[in-house]
Amino acid sequence: MNPNQMERCKLYRWIHMVSFAVNDINLYLDTHPEDMAAIDYFNHYRELRMQALKEYECKYGPLTIDTAAPEDKWLWSTQPMPWEGGCC
Amino acid sequence: MWNYEKRLQYPVNITQTNPQMAQVIISQFGGPDGELAASMRYLSQRYTMPYKEVAGVLTDIGTEELAHMEMVSAIVYQLTKNLSPEEIKASGFDKYYVDHTLALWPQAAGGIPFNACEFQSKGDPITDLFEDLAAEQKARTTYDNILRLVKDPEVSDPIRFLRQREIVHFQRFGESLRLVQEQLDSRNFYAFNPEFDVPRPAPNC
Repeated sequence: MNPNQMERCKLYRWIHMVSFAVNDINLYLDTHPEDMAAIDYFNHYRELRMQALKEYECKYGPLTIDTAAPEDKWLWSTQPMPWEGGCC
Repeated sequence: MWNYEKRLQYPVNITQTNPQMAQVIISQFGGPDGELAASMRYLSQRYTMPYKEVAGVLTDIGTEELAHMEMVSAIVYQLTKNLSPEEIKASGFDKYYVDHTLALWPQAAGGIPFNACEFQSKGDPITDLFEDLAAEQKARTTYDNILRLVKDPEVSDPIRFLRQREIVHFQRFGESLRLVQEQLDSRNFYAFNPEFDVPRPAPNC
């Protein structure tokens, strides 16, 4: 794996980690809507996730339609689908 | 409304095909306790759920189950990718292949097609939440059964992730049941059905 691929995989893995934190605390907050510690946790990881998704789009292409910012090519449908595996 | 996120909830990278294992794991796609049934169960139950936190749980867990369905599908896809006719025949995958080639189709391991009778949307919050609690445990048992058969760590790793999520969902549905029961008469939780017997005011907008 070349250094560029390693960087990409590192960021991709980070997106999985922070997204999982957001997803898991989301379910917890559904049944504990006034837990301030959980709200702080959600806000913290949501921010990290948004930053990472924007950085990934900028360097490699979009993972969400909201972070897609095409310039000269539509990468959303022309890059590999996630079930193809490969990265990390 | 849903937006697609172009990644799996947990990565699936399987490098060794195993059509025999695919035929077992496909049950968690279209089988009786699979992720398709899970998703349809929660997303169908939520409309008449009168407690907004619980409707929120059903929406968010139902959404996560769609992501689990995608992971199970990715596992089956990667386990059967680029198989030769000889491999298909030798592994017993021929009976699936003849109707679906290497495409994904929701069925149980025994070949029974997916059927909406595999889940319930009963229109009573206590009944539906007990169904949901049981469904999470049945899926957990199925993943335990799969893990006893899987030897490849590239397969067992995402299966373990899915198994753990069943336990978290069970916990959240337990809390949902508590939220519902707190709104009801503890001397008789079944005095009336809050999804049917109580008139609700029209929404403001």
